[in-house]
Amino acid sequence: MSAGAEERVLDVQGLSVDLDLPAGTLHAVTDVDFHVNRGETLCIVGESGCGKTMSALAVMGLLPRRARMTARRLTLEGRDLLTMPARELSHLRGDRMGMIFQDPMTSLNPVYTIGNQMEEIYIRHGRGNRKEARDRARQLLEKVGITAAKDRLGQYPHQLSGGLRQRVMIAMTLMCDPILIIADEPTTALDVTIQAQILRILADLQEEYRMALILITHDLGVVARMADRVNVMYAGQVVETGSAEQVFTAPTHPYTQGLLDCIPIPGKTQRGAQLGSIPGIVPSLMSDIEGCQFRNRCDYAFAACGAAPIELHQLGPGRACRCLLDQSESLANLKLKSAGVAV
Amino acid sequence: MSRFLLHRGAIALLVAITVSIIGFSLLRMSGDLAQVLAGDNAKPEQIAATAHLYGLDKPIWQQYLDWAGAALSGDLGRSLFSNEPVARMIAERIGVTIQLSLMSLIFAVVLAVPLGVLAATKPNSWLDRTALGISVFGQAIPNFWFGLILIIVFGVTLRWLPISGSDTIRHFILPTVTLGVAVMPAIMRLTRTGMLDALDSDYIRMARAKGLAPVSVLFKHALRNAILPVVSLTAVSLGFLLGGSVIVESVFALNGIGFLAFQSILRTDFPVVQSIVVFVSFAYILLTLLSDLINAYLDPRIRLG
Amino acid sequence: MTAIPRDRAIQLPRGHDLAEVQAPSPPEIMRRRARSHVGFIIGSTVVLLTFFVAIFAPMLTQYDPFAQDLTKRLIPPVWETKGSWEHIFGTDGLGRDYLTRLMFGARISLLVGFGAAAMAGLIGTTLGLIGGYFGGKVDAVVMYLVNVKLALPGVLVALSLISVIGGSVWVVVLVLGLLFWDRYVVVTRAVTQQIRTADYVTAAEAVGASRFRIIVGEILPNVLNHIIVIASLEMAVAILVEAALSFLGLGIRPPTPSWGLMVSEGRNFMFFQPYLVAIPGAAIFLLVISINMLGDGIRDITAPEGRN
Repeated sequence: MSAGAEERVLDVQGLSVDLDLPAGTLHAVTDVDFHVNRGETLCIVGESGCGKTMSALAVMGLLPRRARMTARRLTLEGRDLLTMPARELSHLRGDRMGMIFQDPMTSLNPVYTIGNQMEEIYIRHGRGNRKEARDRARQLLEKVGITAAKDRLGQYPHQLSGGLRQRVMIAMTLMCDPILIIADEPTTALDVTIQAQILRILADLQEEYRMALILITHDLGVVARMADRVNVMYAGQVVETGSAEQVFTAPTHPYTQGLLDCIPIPGKTQRGAQLGSIPGIVPSLMSDIEGCQFRNRCDYAFAACGAAPIELHQLGPGRACRCLLDQSESLANLKLKSAGVAV
Repeated sequence: MSRFLLHRGAIALLVAITVSIIGFSLLRMSGDLAQVLAGDNAKPEQIAATAHLYGLDKPIWQQYLDWAGAALSGDLGRSLFSNEPVARMIAERIGVTIQLSLMSLIFAVVLAVPLGVLAATKPNSWLDRTALGISVFGQAIPNFWFGLILIIVFGVTLRWLPISGSDTIRHFILPTVTLGVAVMPAIMRLTRTGMLDALDSDYIRMARAKGLAPVSVLFKHALRNAILPVVSLTAVSLGFLLGGSVIVESVFALNGIGFLAFQSILRTDFPVVQSIVVFVSFAYILLTLLSDLINAYLDPRIRLG
Repeated sequence: MTAIPRDRAIQLPRGHDLAEVQAPSPPEIMRRRARSHVGFIIGSTVVLLTFFVAIFAPMLTQYDPFAQDLTKRLIPPVWETKGSWEHIFGTDGLGRDYLTRLMFGARISLLVGFGAAAMAGLIGTTLGLIGGYFGGKVDAVVMYLVNVKLALPGVLVALSLISVIGGSVWVVVLVLGLLFWDRYVVVTRAVTQQIRTADYVTAAEAVGASRFRIIVGEILPNVLNHIIVIASLEMAVAILVEAALSFLGLGIRPPTPSWGLMVSEGRNFMFFQPYLVAIPGAAIFLLVISINMLGDGIRDITAPEGRN
């Protein structure tokens, strides 16, 4: 089932974000597209600095002062966010779209109670009075699995554990029942054992409330668990998109392949086999793009890769890749071929 | 929290005792006290008699204990100059100093905090630079000179305000401005730095992500965090103002304890000086303790441990 | 009370107030920053100028700062109607050339400022290093000393001491040096605590270097640029306090031309000859501002890379 552009909860096209630094202009995000539908989870994957957080902040209108954003299209539920005045935008934030940040300890104000911080969103967006807000807060805390919710409301952030705090963050984001939730590395700062719980909560909530969820992460395990669709980002650009299954089983971009090679797969990876790694480092984002950003680290690069910026080629509905390689050949085959194995 | 305060209280007590010992020693520094009291032409027997009369022939630690005991019950000795009880001299003049200190502090805070907040919301703007400029000015200007300039401009040339004495509240305006300008810069800079840090923080980003109104973000969330060290600084500044008013009181002829201390130093009337030094120190220690208390109360991380 | 910057409250700097101690930036970066830092340029220019004037004062003026001439009393400065180029800043109540006294007064200010800042720096840095390095009970003693010092009203105690010992330049330097070392302790201690756990210190300890060598050889160099910044601040404070003490008559004694003393002497004629008060006060103000700008400039220039 493909949704037309009008049915998309969030539609972003041609988004670019530049940061004005003393040393020059940093191209944090270059010509990025993504969209999410109701009840769908989009995972944006990439390593630190690839532009995924900046993209999210751009959508929310929370870019830092020095940042400049341009886009062909940026709509939420069909409403144009590009031309919306700041005041109206602030009414949408927290109400129609919410964001969960990486570190729940620093994202909560240490001098106010949990209850206070949850209730204020509800009241600010005119959803009800303080009593109604408190009831809803309690409800949501219970929904994310926090027992003794009433007591928790009167507690301060430093009195809760990391996992609890992240649950509170999730509950807080749901206060006004937003249609879109962006979660930026929601489990990275947590213990491994807690990570699974948090993801499970997110998945359950999405099934119940049918909101659109964008999950930003560098952890492919999270992607495997949660994603309906995946956008892989590298050096500020989207390099591959597709459904989770497509991207995992038949990656088309060498970078994606490289990421997957780094993960040991229980049952498949042989004991003692070498895990892959991608040699080299991410290129500087200060200079203009001259070709493929990944070519210096790519196993398959050839001369044309450095000639001109690579376009994002559509390979099918919802499937795209920013690479010159002949996509009729799977990367796995290409690898075998270059190793001299007849395919 | 009570353990924290108990700890602070114990340190404060220790410091207070040390300070009282130092204050006590100030008196003994000016040479043989018995000689000073007996007079220049006194014969040795008269000096000895004087020493015995004032208990100056007892061992020094005993003298200290006697003095401390008397002080705690309100007897601070008598002035060498006028023979008045020192405690009464201080009591008569403390009102002026407290009034001056409080007014100066309020003046400073009312100027500094809003300025600091505004400066932080627009860093590097002309507003910010002006605020920092005022701060630089206040820190560099010698406040005895500033007081004199104010007297020349407002008291003489424009004749708007009185220039000496402490009869009406108008008499306090120029001294308040003089003293306030000295205390304002530190408070403003601390507010500004605190706000800049707060506005840069994750919880402010979260507040914005929640769509809260900008005013709420600024005051309810940012300022409430930034103000904690400022409250401490304010309490401590008050203690500092109490002890440091000597110059402004002299310039404006205000009859407070600073001026009394100054006169007493000139007259080598050390019982008075010693008592004022100890008194001011104690006030400072108490105010520091108070600021710890306030801090502990305002910050739930300390209050609830 | 003097304009003592009072953010030296007992509040110790929290971890993030004091930027993480990293190696100071290399000389090339510092040179580049220095060239474009307005405050540093202005501040250092004025300070150097003042030094120059102070050192070469006798050669820059034909007058003797102590020479009285009662026939030439209270001549206004050159920009007023009765002024003349003979006495650019006029003369004071005893007929002494004001500009000359101002120039010689610079010597006093710089001497006291430097001396007091250096002495306080010695005391404060030593205490801070010891407290920060050894921690535990030693540190508790150091903090106790700091608290005692903070509780004492500095100006009052200074006035008392000087009235007992007597007022000369060296006494003033001594007294100020003994009374204003607390900020050095607070900062040095905090920085020492941070560096204390650094690997290169642990390495030196493992090799068996003596404590003294470690403190002086490893920790002190890294604390140095913080100390310089504070020293400039304390120098400004010392100049202000000396001026205040001299103004009250309990600092430098006449006829030595301390700027504070000049303001005090001018006070008698303040209403009709305001320049007698305005000029030396302005000199103090300008010198102090320049020192502060210089100190801020040094701090910005030597800040470790990546601070922003």
